[in-house]
Amino acid sequence: MNIILENTWLDIGALDDIPRHGARIVKTKQGCIAVFRTADDTVFALDDRCPHKGGPLSQGIVHGTAVTCPLHNWVISLETGEAQGADKGSVRCYGLKLEGGRLLLEVPDE
Amino acid sequence: MSARKKSKNTALTAEAPARQRLVVIGNGMAPGRALEKLFERNPEAYTVTVFNAEPRVNYDRIMLSPVLSGEKTFDQIVIHGDGWYVKHGITLYKGSSVTQIDRAAKTVTSARGLTVPYDKLLIATGSQPIIIPVPGHALAGVLSYRDLDDVQAMLLAAKSRGTAVVIGGGLLGLEAAVGLKAQGMDVTVVHLAPTLMERQLDVPAGSLLKEAIEARGIRVITRANTKAILGEKKAEAVLLEDGTRLPADLVVMAVGIRPNAQLAKDAGITVNRGIVVDETMRTSDPDIFAVGECAESHSQVFGLVAPLYEMAGVIAAQLAGYTGATFKPSAVATKLKVTGINLFSAGDFADGKDREEIVLRDAARGIYKRLVLKDDKIIGAVMYGDVADGAWFFDMIKKGSPVSEMRDTLIFGPSFAGGTPLDPTAAVAALPDEAEICGCNGVCKGKITCTITSLSLTSLDDVRSHTKASASCGSCTGLVEKLLKVTLGDAYNPSAVQPMCPCTDLGHDDVRRLIVAKTLKTIPGLMQALEWSSSCGCAKCRPALNYYLLSTWPGEYKDDGQSRFINERVHANIQKDGTYSVVPRMWGGMTSARELRAIADVVEKFNIPAVKCTGGQRIDMLGVKKEDLPAVWADLNAAGMVSGAAYAKGLRTVKTCVGSDWCRFGTQDSTGLGIKLEKYLWGSWTPAKLKLAVSGCPRNCAEATCKDIGVVCVDSGYDIHFGGAAGLDIKGTEVLGHVSTEAEAIEVIAALTQLYREQGRYLERIYKWMKRVGRDTIRSHVIDDVERRRALCERFEYSQKFAQIDPWAERVAGKDSHEFRPIADTTKAEAAE
Repeated sequence: MNIILENTWLDIGALDDIPRHGARIVKTKQGCIAVFRTADDTVFALDDRCPHKGGPLSQGIVHGTAVTCPLHNWVISLETGEAQGADKGSVRCYGLKLEGGRLLLEVPDE
Repeated sequence: MSARKKSKNTALTAEAPARQRLVVIGNGMAPGRALEKLFERNPEAYTVTVFNAEPRVNYDRIMLSPVLSGEKTFDQIVIHGDGWYVKHGITLYKGSSVTQIDRAAKTVTSARGLTVPYDKLLIATGSQPIIIPVPGHALAGVLSYRDLDDVQAMLLAAKSRGTAVVIGGGLLGLEAAVGLKAQGMDVTVVHLAPTLMERQLDVPAGSLLKEAIEARGIRVITRANTKAILGEKKAEAVLLEDGTRLPADLVVMAVGIRPNAQLAKDAGITVNRGIVVDETMRTSDPDIFAVGECAESHSQVFGLVAPLYEMAGVIAAQLAGYTGATFKPSAVATKLKVTGINLFSAGDFADGKDREEIVLRDAARGIYKRLVLKDDKIIGAVMYGDVADGAWFFDMIKKGSPVSEMRDTLIFGPSFAGGTPLDPTAAVAALPDEAEICGCNGVCKGKITCTITSLSLTSLDDVRSHTKASASCGSCTGLVEKLLKVTLGDAYNPSAVQPMCPCTDLGHDDVRRLIVAKTLKTIPGLMQALEWSSSCGCAKCRPALNYYLLSTWPGEYKDDGQSRFINERVHANIQKDGTYSVVPRMWGGMTSARELRAIADVVEKFNIPAVKCTGGQRIDMLGVKKEDLPAVWADLNAAGMVSGAAYAKGLRTVKTCVGSDWCRFGTQDSTGLGIKLEKYLWGSWTPAKLKLAVSGCPRNCAEATCKDIGVVCVDSGYDIHFGGAAGLDIKGTEVLGHVSTEAEAIEVIAALTQLYREQGRYLERIYKWMKRVGRDTIRSHVIDDVERRRALCERFEYSQKFAQIDPWAERVAGKDSHEFRPIADTTKAEAAE
């Protein structure tokens, strides 16, 4: 039998707190989560750790729906968290909703 | 010019028995091609004299539009430079028109009174633009669009950024309009017919073209009859029949051309609309030929280059004694040379009872294709938006191939008709050997593939120089490249131009050139205009574009931080653990107790784990947390220190030795010069990092000879070096020049930096740039040509006005504060609960 839990959504700020093609971080006890905003105002939340050498993805250049890690240029899909191209690895993604200009982050159940 | 020195008398006495005398009146593309073909067939047959009314060599007239729009320079469209005339022993009279032909005496006489005898005469007087004789047509500011003089006049007029009216919405008129718009003018096209280019396009394609032209900000008025050009001394407005008054500082008439046949007519040669020629291209006088736009064959006159080149081939053959060669006009294809607008038309596409048509429309993608069929053959084709299959359809028109078997899929082109996958390379591979690839020069596929194989050609330029394919308007370049690929397989490496990144086919130099030519001033605007394939670029192209726009439009372009690598965005150097390092400037490597004390205090206050001396004579604080950066900078600013830009593709350090201040060998104040240079150059963005050094004597303690720019002081002044490297590559500098004063040294270095800023490709260090453009070229710009040096220096100084702002102080004051704070901190929130 499955128990469906009502997830908690945490208001972390406004869309406009993040520049287009940019990112901000949310500090949590488990580590930093990077929150990205693309050119067309789509938002994504991923662990702020590149699967390669732990680079802070929030500091990378955002292009399309991907980010290039600032340390060694791995390209990570914001939609899937998967490394693109020849590189292999993935980053955990989190639920993120945009409601009335506010960003709501799904709080991990751990 | 030296060819002119070759005296006629020498030719007569020494070579007259062997060689006949060929005189050519006109030096356009058609006679140029005829001579070229003649020399290929028989270089010894004639002694050639050319009279050119224009004061220049033979150039590609159909490429005037790219010159007008700024995409090409005159030098790039020259077909035969001075050297070609010398090589073939041609006597060329530039700026010299022929006023009389004496057929009885077999001589021609020029306006300057020179009389030259001929055995064979070739008339290639071309055509002149039609000027509509409306009131005001002779006012200043009313131009035609015909030769380089017209283009230069238009470019001059465009400098005032005023308004222009182009009368005529045909091929030339539209190219002129787009070119003037690119030069910053406000442009209106007025056209008599209901749709644009009505001779080459049907109504739907003409309407799509109108939309595309209007989308470029050009106003188009069709069914517009010009009544008068108004103005006192110069043109001020164009008045239309319906009373509309269009203000105009410049009026360009591009309504058509008329053959220049008067000279022939005066000589008693048969002239109708043009100079009448038979199939052998002879006029009514068998020793006189006519070629080009002045000639009339089969009751037709011609304006497009392909048939003119065919005529030229026939004349060359006839002159060389191959009497069987004849000219028969065939279907011609048209393309508009406007970057970003693709259209193609060929054959006959008028409606008719006996005709059927196949039409494909994809409005969303702006694609329109129409084939006109008659008796199971294609007789006409119009394509807009996607013209890739043009060559294939054109080939079918010329051959009259039956289409019934593939009719269902015909409109989708060769790749579909053959049932093969939609691979453009395979489609080219499937073309028959006789298929025409280059319409301008009449080069077929077989000729190209044969030449590639027999001469072992490997590049597009090779193919251009050996077959002429893609050497004129260039619209078949893609096809020729595919042929190279098909013929050579993987051995073909089109490395001539490396695209900037996968978002574009353009190389860095093309992008830089187009930024200027098309006045592109934003990244999204550039990506739109240059047809970027990705929605907003990638991590490779965005920083490059940001630099190019910033360096091209200082003070105008707003820096896009999100297109910068993190280090330049937050003005510190990211480290492997996500912390940052901070390096303040120490001008010329000099420091003081106050600065050192401030650094020590900052290190303690912020628990900075590591402090180190850099190779550039300054101090690096490593392991600073990102949130602490603004506070660290505030303390350093308070002690008078600014960012050392140790992260920048820009000026890094100016390393110095102690020079004449302290050193017993010092010849000049190297420290002082280093400080002056650093104070002058700091803040500037360059294609890649820029490191300098100044040594006070040839012992070179500052290691100036492995820097991007180095100065070695000597007794008599300053030796300026550049192009060194001591990183991935190790390379000693090369000497740029010697100057005697400090002021000159600074000016030369600023000019060099500016030239590098303008020409360097993003991430290309000075030594690589030098290798690419050549040391001597750079030296001629910044050492030999004093005026150019000053101009470079002025541009550098202007850009510095906007660059010399300490980025640390800006951020201490609050700029980009979001960068340094988390958007939310759940650790604290929970702690508060």
